[in-house]
Amino acid sequence: MERLRTISDFWTLHNRLRADSDSQKPVVVIPAGTCGQASGAGELIRVAKREMIENELTDRMRLRITGCHGFCEMEPSVLVLPTRAYYPRVKPADMPRILYAAVLGEVVEELLFVDSVSGRRVEKQDDVPFFRKQRRTILERNEQVDPIRIGNFLEAGGYASFAKVLESGDRPNVIEEMKASGLRGRGGAGFPTGLKWEMLAKAKNGTGKYLVCNGDEGDPGAYMDRAVLEGNPHSILEGMLVGAFATGATHGVLYVRNEYPMAVKHLLIAVRQARELGLLGDGILGTSLSFDVRLVKGAGAFVCGEETALMRSVEGYVGEPRQRPPFPVERGIEGKPTIINNVETWANVPVILEQGGREYARIGTEKSRGTKIFSLVGKIKNTGLVEVPMGITIDEVVNGIGGGPLGKGRLKAVQTGGPSGGCIPARLFDLSIDYDGLVAAGSIMGSGGMIAMDERTCMVDLARYFMGFLKDESCGKCFTCRKGTQRMWELLDDITTGKATLAHIDLLEELALVVKDTTMCGLGQTAPNPVLSTLRYFRDEYVEHIVHKRCPAGVCKDLITYSINEKCTGCMLCGKACPALAITGDKKVRHAIDHTKCIKCDACRSVCKLDAVEVR
Amino acid sequence: MVGIKLNGLPASFDEGTTLLEAAKFYGIPIPTLCTMEGLSPYGACRLCVVEIGKGPKARLVTSCTYPVQEGLEVRTSSARVVRARKLILELYLASCPQSKTVQDLAAAHNVRQQRFRQEHETCIMCGLCVRMCKEQMMSGAIGFRGRGEKRSVGTPFDVKSDVCRTCGACMYVCPACQLRCTFSDPSKAICGGCANLSPPCLTKASFDDMMCFMEPCVACEIKKD
Repeated sequence: MERLRTISDFWTLHNRLRADSDSQKPVVVIPAGTCGQASGAGELIRVAKREMIENELTDRMRLRITGCHGFCEMEPSVLVLPTRAYYPRVKPADMPRILYAAVLGEVVEELLFVDSVSGRRVEKQDDVPFFRKQRRTILERNEQVDPIRIGNFLEAGGYASFAKVLESGDRPNVIEEMKASGLRGRGGAGFPTGLKWEMLAKAKNGTGKYLVCNGDEGDPGAYMDRAVLEGNPHSILEGMLVGAFATGATHGVLYVRNEYPMAVKHLLIAVRQARELGLLGDGILGTSLSFDVRLVKGAGAFVCGEETALMRSVEGYVGEPRQRPPFPVERGIEGKPTIINNVETWANVPVILEQGGREYARIGTEKSRGTKIFSLVGKIKNTGLVEVPMGITIDEVVNGIGGGPLGKGRLKAVQTGGPSGGCIPARLFDLSIDYDGLVAAGSIMGSGGMIAMDERTCMVDLARYFMGFLKDESCGKCFTCRKGTQRMWELLDDITTGKATLAHIDLLEELALVVKDTTMCGLGQTAPNPVLSTLRYFRDEYVEHIVHKRCPAGVCKDLITYSINEKCTGCMLCGKACPALAITGDKKVRHAIDHTKCIKCDACRSVCKLDAVEVR
Repeated sequence: MVGIKLNGLPASFDEGTTLLEAAKFYGIPIPTLCTMEGLSPYGACRLCVVEIGKGPKARLVTSCTYPVQEGLEVRTSSARVVRARKLILELYLASCPQSKTVQDLAAAHNVRQQRFRQEHETCIMCGLCVRMCKEQMMSGAIGFRGRGEKRSVGTPFDVKSDVCRTCGACMYVCPACQLRCTFSDPSKAICGGCANLSPPCLTKASFDDMMCFMEPCVACEIKKD
């Protein structure tokens, strides 16, 4: 495509692309984000392409390869537009049938999604329980856009919000719209984005201001940002361009962790395309606006998601936080005023400008506006990325969208906000999800991780796991974070191995409060959350571990014993599964476990069909 | 001039003064292990925390890095500060019990117990040596390596640095290792507290592999036998 020299050039191209797009033609959408490709979307694409060429279907339909749509558990899936027929877990052999049905405007009945409650097949994606209760403003765009084709993004209305604000030339108005939208930072801390932008716009030593997109998503089990980076990289660039226009920033940095190779690739392609089209660089669209971005790959340190550490990392030093003040907006990268926003925050910017700030603010609660993407994982039926309006209850997300507990267990708690978040027990599931509500309950919004846990999860072991993660990921610069996380882990380890006394709980609590109070950066300040929230809601489990040397969930290996009860029919399955040869017994005779040999690997319990293996 | 309230008393300071300097000017003691005049503030030891703000917005900040702000209320030894400081000292005692500095600070703050698993580390990672080398000796021979509990001070890949002039400044500023260098019995000390310009442990052949500013010092081990 030719370089665009003026804003009217842009509109000409924009209108031409939109006119060219034939909405009557069926589109077969194959999501091929990292999750899709891991489950075999690549093969589906290959089959689909071959079929289309061999049978000359290329004129009658379109194939679109996109990023993840959210329902990662059902990948590889296929979505057909405009009928919105949704086929989960598609096998390559079934692909041709879907293509022919799409051309004819029909659906392949037996490949549709089955609702586990009603047992009926659901035709449209939007009627699938997982999707029905969501409000998808960001993730929806992943369906419309092929991430490596800028034309596709323009066709879907991309960069139009930016062109409009550029045309209006009204900088303060953009910031006003952002403030009116009530958007708060999606990275976790929840600072009002409009206010942040205003501070940067007003910052002194005006030249060379920086905008940073924080894509260093490190929480275990969370991948919201990855889906956006892979699926719609141009929306980030558009958000940053609007930000650059409003704040007068000239440099942009995309900080993405190197563990997301596809996100890095798609972003690099997007940046190159935008540059070739004249949407990045000097004198964008013939105006005086100059803005260019570069991509910096994070080398795998969790702490680099913290803004001051991220800035050090961008400058080429070891990623270590520094004490604020001065805040990045006063002195950031290379000493220049800098603002750092999360991927999801940037992706929200075009949406806000398209709808208008006030319209956007109608979604959500009074202090938390808009929608938020959560990565819903754990012991529930439907896992994946869900985008819900703020203020929805945990119950609606976990039991409604998530489909309730997996298997026979009951849900015990939900962990929100990643390793530095907290656990919310089942009795508080009617809590509304917003920034302040979660903080009041002892957790945090974080970047949006949400892990559901059932009765087979030991809360002490969980706190120990997260503390182990934080202990390894603490940069070690400040003493209370380095030693505090290590000591908390030691105390938790003592409790899970039955070496603790009740004094351990008091010391743990005392230490957790001091660490929360005295550490330098967000990592350390939130690190005690797993301990404090489990102590607040599940103290009896701690006491049980210490006083009775018992793990109620049957997880902590040093405190449990396996035995076989009278339900055993002597089928010998467990004996075959046991790697330590600890199970003895003949056919049709009740088996027994030799406790001296048992390594408590849980293999016997998981193969037993009769619930004959007990954990105590 | 910027006016603040220091422990309830009005006081004013030049812009850019840190709370630690302000308190020091009024003779209010604040313990610290990672601050030294002439070196940039680092905020790593967390001992110098003070409480600022009012009511629910009150919080602890490190006084060595926090600049005075108009109308700021600062409390240098509120209950919250003292509680935090005592537990931090207890953590120091649990990790570096052999440091005289740590022992003295703990005694002065009435820390009477140590409830964690006892460790015997030598370095508290205050970063004084690293900053001394870079900022005053203009060398930058040593730096931090690793992350979390694996963090250590040294040269890249433990190769002796070309820019190290063995000036010994790093040892001179170390708040934790005096006991290793000087030993409790002066006659057995291997260096006179780094008062001499070239510490013997660096120049004498018998201490050849003992670069104690780069490696965990083995001096104590040698002196045991």
